[in-house]
Amino acid sequence: MKFLDEFRDPALARKLLAGLECRATRPVRFMEFCGGHTHAILRSGLRQLLPANIRLSSGPGCPVCVTASSGIDRAITLARQPGVILATFGDMIRVPGGRPRGQINSLQEARAVGADVRIVYSTLDALDIARSNSAREVIFLGVGFETTAPTIAAAVVQAESERLPNFSVLSLHKLTPPATRAILDAGEVQLSGIIGPGHVTSIIGARAWQFLPEEYGMPCAVSGFEPLDILQAVAALVEMAMAGKPAVSNQYGRGVKPEGNVVAQELLKRVFHIVPAEWRGLGVVADSGLALRDEYRSFDALGRFPLPVEASQEPVGCRCGDVLRGVIAPPECPLFGRVCTPDNPVGPCMVSGEGACAAFLQYGV
Amino acid sequence: MMCLAVPTRIISIDGQMAEVDIGGVGARISIALTPAAKAGDYVLVHTGFAIEVLDEAEALETLQMLKEMQDSAQQAPGCSTAGQR
Repeated sequence: MKFLDEFRDPALARKLLAGLECRATRPVRFMEFCGGHTHAILRSGLRQLLPANIRLSSGPGCPVCVTASSGIDRAITLARQPGVILATFGDMIRVPGGRPRGQINSLQEARAVGADVRIVYSTLDALDIARSNSAREVIFLGVGFETTAPTIAAAVVQAESERLPNFSVLSLHKLTPPATRAILDAGEVQLSGIIGPGHVTSIIGARAWQFLPEEYGMPCAVSGFEPLDILQAVAALVEMAMAGKPAVSNQYGRGVKPEGNVVAQELLKRVFHIVPAEWRGLGVVADSGLALRDEYRSFDALGRFPLPVEASQEPVGCRCGDVLRGVIAPPECPLFGRVCTPDNPVGPCMVSGEGACAAFLQYGV
Repeated sequence: MMCLAVPTRIISIDGQMAEVDIGGVGARISIALTPAAKAGDYVLVHTGFAIEVLDEAEALETLQMLKEMQDSAQQAPGCSTAGQR
C-alpha cells in the first residue's frame, strides 16, 4: 500500500463514471470547496468526463486567492521595514495587492527594491532563519486554512520554548466552515452538495461539517485528492441528493477521522482565538479568522509593528471574487487568458500553482 | 501551500522530528502534530509537518467499496454512455 497509485486506476474510474449518469436522474451541481480538488479535477480530466447532468463549481478554497488586498498591502509594508526579514510560502510573493499603479504592489516587487523577502517551505525553515539572524526581525506571513494554521501554531510554541525574541507571525489564517456558510447564505449558486476539503478535514474532523445537512439540508462528501477519491465523493453526493437524505459522508477515511486531529485542534486553541476576517470575494465573514491570543502577543507581528495601512483597492475588472464564490467559471471573466495570465496575473486566482483561473488556463479547459 | 499533503513513509523518529522518504528523497519533518506516529507508518505531510497518520484498514475498505460500486455500475441497465466519451 503506497496510498497513491491504488486510487488512480483509470479502468476503474471509467466504470464508476458509467454508473454515475443513470444515478443522477436530475441535473445537480456540486461545489468543491478546495482548490486542491479543482486542480485534481482538471488535471485528471474529470470535469469533461462527468455526465452532462453532473456539474462542478470551484469554491473559495485557495488561501492565496482569498487573502484580501489589504493583507498583501500590510505584508508589503512590513517587509519594507528596516531590519525585517519576511518569510513566506512561495506563491504569496506574486500576489498583487491593492496599491495604485506605479507603487510597489507585491512582495516580489518589494524584494526587487531591496526588501529581504525569503521563500520557505515550512515554518521550521522560518525558525531556522530567526535563529541564525538574531540581530534581525523575522516575520512569518501566516496564510492558510485549518490544514496549515497548526504548523504556524507549532512554530510559535517552539519559538516560545526557545525564547526566540526575533520571530513573529502576521496571521491571515482563515477557517473554512464559516466561508462555506457565507456562500450558502448568499444564495448566489444553487448547489446540491459540497465536496468537503480532505486535508482541512484531517484537522477539523468530518463531524465539523455536520451543520451542512442539519442546518442547510446540504449533503457533504469529504474527499481525498486522487481521481477515484473524487469520483467516489461525487457518487456519494449524487446518491444523497437523489434520495433526499443529506448527511456527511466521509469518503477519505484513510486520512480523516470523525473527530479530526485533536492534538492539532488543541494547539490551534492554545495559540489562536477566533476573530472576524476579510476574504477576497466574500468580504468580512464573522468568526472566520485566527489571531494570536494575548499570551502570545510578543509573537504577533501586528502588535510588534503597529503600522497604518492605507485603503486597498481590488484590481479593476478582475472577477476573482465571483470565481471564489462559484458564481462564474474562470473563462467567463473578460480578462481571463487575455490580460490576465500566469506570467502576468491581474488577480490572485491566476497566480501560478494556486487558484481556479491558473488551473483552467493550465489544463486548457 | 494550498492544502496539499503527500503520503510519506516514516523511516525513523528522533524526538519531535522524523526522517521520511518522499519519492526516494530523504527529508526531515516534524511529528509534533501526530505524536502517535511511529517508524513504518505512512503520514500525510503538509509544509514539513505530518498532519495525520494514514489508516491502512480504512484505505483497503475504500478500495473494496470502489470495487463494489464498479460491480453495481456494470449491472445497472441503460447507463453505458458516460465515461466513454
